[in-house]
Amino acid sequence: MIDKRIDSLSAAVADIFDGATVMIGGFGEAGSPIELIHALIDQGATNLTVVNNNTGSGHVGLSALIENGQVSKMICSYPRTVGSKVFPKLYRSGQIELELVPQGTLAERIRAGGAGIPAFYTATSVNTPLAVGKEQRNFAGRDHVMEYGLKADFALIKCKCADRYGNLTYNKTARNFAPIMAMAASTTVVQTSTLVDVGAIDPEVVITPGIFIDRIITIPEPAQESMLVAAGRSYPCR
Amino acid sequence: MSLTNKPYLGWNRNEMAGRAALDIPDGSYVNLGIGIPEMVARYVPEGREVIYHTENGLLGMGPAPAVGEVDPELINAGKKAVTVIPGASFFHHADSFAMIRGQHIDICVLGAMQVSEQGDLANWSTDEPDAIPAVGGAMDLVAGVKIIYVITQHCTKTGEPKLLKSCSYPLTGKAVVNRIYTDLAVIEVTPDGFEVVDLAPGVSFNYVQERTGSKLQLGLQLTDVKNRHIRL
Repeated sequence: MIDKRIDSLSAAVADIFDGATVMIGGFGEAGSPIELIHALIDQGATNLTVVNNNTGSGHVGLSALIENGQVSKMICSYPRTVGSKVFPKLYRSGQIELELVPQGTLAERIRAGGAGIPAFYTATSVNTPLAVGKEQRNFAGRDHVMEYGLKADFALIKCKCADRYGNLTYNKTARNFAPIMAMAASTTVVQTSTLVDVGAIDPEVVITPGIFIDRIITIPEPAQESMLVAAGRSYPCR
Repeated sequence: MSLTNKPYLGWNRNEMAGRAALDIPDGSYVNLGIGIPEMVARYVPEGREVIYHTENGLLGMGPAPAVGEVDPELINAGKKAVTVIPGASFFHHADSFAMIRGQHIDICVLGAMQVSEQGDLANWSTDEPDAIPAVGGAMDLVAGVKIIYVITQHCTKTGEPKLLKSCSYPLTGKAVVNRIYTDLAVIEVTPDGFEVVDLAPGVSFNYVQERTGSKLQLGLQLTDVKNRHIRL
């Protein structure tokens, strides 16, 4: 019997090891798996490379993971979101590394990683500082840079509805990076608001097929980052 | 006669957005950047159907929601709350940028720090030593979208020209900008450099030239006086 359900948040993230690469879903707060991130803070793994479009806000979620000293490198496109205080401070003092990747290149690197494609060419970033040192090739009269597929040891994502096979549907623009991160990680952990019986999700509307999912934890009413930030919350609670 | 002491010479932000909206054809798929570009959606002329793409995974973006109807999981690329129009669709990030990189989006409207006479765009970094570099989707958009419009003030806050022979800031893309909408003029990027194709009310060609770091050509369209100015 296939049953990917996990009983506790601590068990869901227990084997994330020091030095692991962890993809974390979300674009800003939309789709951020905040309970899984807080479980990773409790778990304490360090020297992590984290892949996310941003660097979180306030002192909760991704920002709190960084503030807790667990992240040695961020791979992202936009580390400067409003309310992002933690990352800039650590970056300026040289305590965290940044690999800046154009957003579409980041998405395609993750997709390629999950699809077994080691590298690809794109015209994005040609003639800019972000192309420096990258292999270039001309196709049909246009220069392109080579970009590598990106894989991870773990992905932490959020969805709206799951069954025990790991078939998923999402909520609006909270989908963003989650489906491709689920493909690119060796172990993908999803937190879902709703768990339904196998067969209850119409196969025509499944967004992430269960083959990409390893662990499912049900969090019926997930916290929203902006509400925690507005309430002045921090994690771990002080 | 000097016009420099007139405080409101030129188009304001709404009028700049309105002027750009006139040049978005019926049936276009459009991506709007953050700031003045996102105001363009308010001014698309009646009778045109335009679909807005936001790169975080939505085609068919509608206006901001009413107070109390904000959904933190329904946002645009600027991370502001939005709505969806009937016929909208959601998709993941790789599909969203396939729409961009695969040249399926017709027009992108972006802000700028500098634009060169060859259409080079700089809008992501001033290269200052303590700045946090952040690029988002700008490089993908200029590399992939068919037509790139820029909306920007003609000069910086300190009065320096933003339209130049060449950009001093790091580029977002080379030879990518088609047209620039400023508070003073509409300027086409041509193989011969900048060409003024429209002027804001009361603004002369020479006034624009004095505030531009590259030689301007006068476009033929400006001989058609009747259709020159919009009112909002």
